[in-house]
Amino acid sequence: MSEKQQQPQQPQQPQQQSQAILDYAVRLGDDALVLGHRISEWVSYGPFLEEDIAYGNVALDYIGRARMFYSYAAQLSGNGKTEDDFAYSRNEREFANLLIHELPKGDFAYSQVRQLLVDVYASLFLSQLLQSQDETLAAVAAKAIKESRYHLRRSRDWVLRLGDGTQESHDRTQRAVDSLWGYTHELFEMDALEQQLADAGIGVDVAALRGPWHAQVSEILTEATLTVPEDGWKVRGGRQGYHTENLGQLLTELQFVHRSYPGCQW
Amino acid sequence: MDEIPLMPKEQHERLQQRQQPDVAALWDILDAVKDPEIPALSLWDLGVLRDIRRLQDKAQEGLQEGLQETVQIIITPTYSGCPAMDAIRVDIEAALAAAGIAQVEVKTQLAPAWTTEWLSANGQQKLRNYGIAPPDDGEADAEGLTPLANVRCPHCGSHDSHCISEFGSTACKALFRCNACSEPFDYFKKI
Repeated sequence: MSEKQQQPQQPQQPQQQSQAILDYAVRLGDDALVLGHRISEWVSYGPFLEEDIAYGNVALDYIGRARMFYSYAAQLSGNGKTEDDFAYSRNEREFANLLIHELPKGDFAYSQVRQLLVDVYASLFLSQLLQSQDETLAAVAAKAIKESRYHLRRSRDWVLRLGDGTQESHDRTQRAVDSLWGYTHELFEMDALEQQLADAGIGVDVAALRGPWHAQVSEILTEATLTVPEDGWKVRGGRQGYHTENLGQLLTELQFVHRSYPGCQW
Repeated sequence: MDEIPLMPKEQHERLQQRQQPDVAALWDILDAVKDPEIPALSLWDLGVLRDIRRLQDKAQEGLQEGLQETVQIIITPTYSGCPAMDAIRVDIEAALAAAGIAQVEVKTQLAPAWTTEWLSANGQQKLRNYGIAPPDDGEADAEGLTPLANVRCPHCGSHDSHCISEFGSTACKALFRCNACSEPFDYFKKI
């Protein structure tokens, strides 16, 4: 995260803007950490060895992404915080991840459908974040987008294979699509912070991604002989810290060592 | 007439960079530091080692004879979550310490993002010898991603192969099997 100092000095950012970027980086870090943890739960439970390893790889990419966002937030905070403070020392209500990332891994179809929904989103989101006026956010996006393209190719292949597979795999995949759909609306909602950063050319206008996302996802689901759900119930609240019961349970496991042995090193 | 250089521009610039007289010796020292996951490759071959700088506190410059200078090493991760980065950092510090340079600062730089284009030609050959197909031994697909077949087998040289898994033993590799000699092999993914 140190390249800031090696680049030509930017004009001093107003305090308020800097705080907004910090909060934004933490949100994106939370998304990546929580999903990365969920994916890592598949390690040693994959349906076969190669798939197990693939999950491990994807989880690592996300956790690496979380580290880059948190390290940037720590640097902006300027008060000696580290990436670990963001990951391990905040409570559930302080996490601002979108809810879809924290849902339990479910069966293999469920995890792959969630991955498809977020991979399509990530590839659209990151290609916008690449244009950010903020050099560090743009640099993280440049790294992450290459990885997300690989993730998307895998989740797309699996959804096609499962949706257009046996009756059982088709039913399970359709069930996953139907139960996840209500969590996707939140991906495209802007609050005051995101609007402010989008207006400044720093953040992404996610509301504008809804159209292309829906088109791409619909095309893949249709090809997989699945039905694209009608919009019905919608859940929101992750960005404001209102979570499902699942996040608390996830954090209990994720933060256990750090909270039991503060400052422990090995 | 001079021969037309066949080296990519990027590689040429990297070579020039390491020949700068004040740091050339340091680059040579760090040639001994290998990728912990692929010990056939040095950090230079891999393109993870981006720059070496000698830093001196401006206020003290010229005032103190024999002032301990700080050497700054710039590295870039191959993949965001590459767990080898911490080991690489430690190995760099150890190699320089062994050469008598105690004040070392290893910095991670994200931009420009690492690409397999930075693997040196020598590095690609070393990978091949080690049993890993280098990125150039496969034809990327339309989106620039790893091909799903026809990567050259590092064991028998056949191009008749297929992808078993896009995600291999480390983040940077995919797993293939050769249809000619039936041996599995790792392919270093294009990124």
